Amino acid sequence: MSRIQTCFQQLAGKKALIPYITAGDPHPQHTLAYMHALVAGGADIIELGVPFSDPMADGPVIQKACERALAAGTRLRDVLAIVHEFRQHNQTTPIVLMGYLNPIEAMGYADFTQAAAQAGVDGVLTVDLPPEEAQAVQPLFTAAGLDMIYLIAPTTSDERICKIAASGQGYLYYVSLKGVTGSAALDVEAVAAKMQTLRQLTSLPIAVGFGIRDATSAAQVAQVADGVIVGSALVNQIADLQSTPEAISDALQTTLAAMRQAMDAR
Amino acid sequence: MPNNSQSQTQLQRLANLPDAQGHFGPYGGRFVSETLSYALEHLTKMYQELSQDPEFQAEFDRDLAHYVGRPSPLYPAQRWSEALGGAQIWLKREDLNHTGAHKINNTIGQALLAKHSGKKRVIAETGAGQHGVATATVAARFGLQCQVYMGADDVERQKLNVYRMRLLGAEVIPVTSGSRTLKDAMNEAMRDWVTNVEETFYIIGTVAGPHPYPQLVRDFNAIVGREARRQSLEQIGRLPDALIACVGGGSNAIGLFHPFLEDEQVAMYGVEAGGDGLETGRHAAPLNAGRPGVLHGNRTYLMEDDAGQIIETHSISAGLDYPGVGPEHAYLKDIGRVNYVVATDQEVLEAFHDLCHVEGIIPALESSHALAYAKQLAPKMRTDEHIIVNLSGRGDKDIHTVARLDGLKI
Repeated sequence: MSRIQTCFQQLAGKKALIPYITAGDPHPQHTLAYMHALVAGGADIIELGVPFSDPMADGPVIQKACERALAAGTRLRDVLAIVHEFRQHNQTTPIVLMGYLNPIEAMGYADFTQAAAQAGVDGVLTVDLPPEEAQAVQPLFTAAGLDMIYLIAPTTSDERICKIAASGQGYLYYVSLKGVTGSAALDVEAVAAKMQTLRQLTSLPIAVGFGIRDATSAAQVAQVADGVIVGSALVNQIADLQSTPEAISDALQTTLAAMRQAMDAR
Repeated sequence: MPNNSQSQTQLQRLANLPDAQGHFGPYGGRFVSETLSYALEHLTKMYQELSQDPEFQAEFDRDLAHYVGRPSPLYPAQRWSEALGGAQIWLKREDLNHTGAHKINNTIGQALLAKHSGKKRVIAETGAGQHGVATATVAARFGLQCQVYMGADDVERQKLNVYRMRLLGAEVIPVTSGSRTLKDAMNEAMRDWVTNVEETFYIIGTVAGPHPYPQLVRDFNAIVGREARRQSLEQIGRLPDALIACVGGGSNAIGLFHPFLEDEQVAMYGVEAGGDGLETGRHAAPLNAGRPGVLHGNRTYLMEDDAGQIIETHSISAGLDYPGVGPEHAYLKDIGRVNYVVATDQEVLEAFHDLCHVEGIIPALESSHALAYAKQLAPKMRTDEHIIVNLSGRGDKDIHTVARLDGLKI
């Protein structure tokens, strides 16, 4: 069983809290500490962003995080090294790499899947790799024990949801709104309605992301989804504190702990 | 070498690309975030239906004739050919189109698609501003709301076109992220589209992007090659020996080349922006010096570093200043049907001045890349051989750039 499957099975009625940060933001030397802080704050899974020069699906907050991380020299191989480091002290929290296809394509699929598995990566979410285009490479990911995590959007048809669910592993990432990361607040009722549809079409756990910015919205989403993904709200904190990077761990942990508490409170 | 009948079959297959998923061999495809999948599936289906619909075609042809001013002439550049002392050079005068470039062929086609889709808002990305102007033009013509994304540096460099777009009623949105040029404008247009996908039609300006854009932009521009082929038979009495066109994203080049792909005897040259020279790294020539990767929804040749990060490009012409290229060109390069070469900024400027002086035509700096290669190729050919150069745009927009490089202030 994959570490992600185990994670969802052991939640025992609670919902998964899934924070996202961009690896290497503001500098790769701090990312490891931030990851441990996220776990201490109550993270069940960490989505670790791989910086890319052209993050087309991201809003300004994560665009700037990518720019900072790249300026500090962070590349895909550095991100894998950080995960490897993390695994020396944590063997249970699943790590999902999230980013764009080109850095993986440049490294080569065989090299990447091997190196990622060896480093201790559990899943890969590539924003610009829909299942149709993934067919040729998915066997390499599966052979390496890496879960392919796919997105479902508000615009995805039922027919497509079935197709994506059939290819997806680990969990499905439901994008709660049309737009880029860090956009307007989400519509909880619309998400709840979509969840009902999704439940009928797939048995995979469903995590919801985009538009979750505080403990209140995290708790609301936790009532209808299996997992709550929070990204831009955390990356914003990193941006605010970038001149004092050692203060960031505490800030991330505090923010996440408040979300954890609100999610578990009911 | 395959025998003739084999290679003929191969060439015919070539003309039928892309496949149903938008692939040209290993290139092309649809690498987008999930929110856009439905919009692209819908567009593909609508385009498939309308491209078979005689009424839609008639509407398109009418606008090309009476609004754009087609057919554009195939003009024999006799004095320049004589001066070069080799092959006869013919210029396909896309610079004489309404708005001054081939870009309007595509924007008319896509505006008609927008009209049929019922969407009232169009967006576009632009580099030099030519596609932005062509989009603003058709938006005015069809009564559509129009916003154009343009890199903040390009907004500075191309003030004339920015004002033209505003006169036409479009809003120009400067993009300050990344390298502040065309690729960033495209990123931002994609972000807008993903947010407003239900009421917005994205008019992509070149044969790149996710399927079906490379196909439909090519089809709308293929009028250039179809006319050139017919005019060649009428005016030369046979097909030309060579075709030359500049390649940034590659829409004018594929428009000229595509109707000739099956004509084995016609050699083809796509000219990329050599900038300061390939050896300096300061250029925009992914087919000559890049490698395959995935950007802006398709797999193609890219300018990237070892870790797959897109690198900044350089060209004297803003319209070619792009790190990718249309996926069909990537495929035509790999199978050897088209030769992709480069012209440096210096060579381009010389060709620009030549055409002004010898033929009385001020060419766009983009098109001057094709002229620069014609200048090298023609003297190596016989005087009874013929070259068609796609003069894809006029150079009025570039006179400030050229004056500055000549040390003048106007």
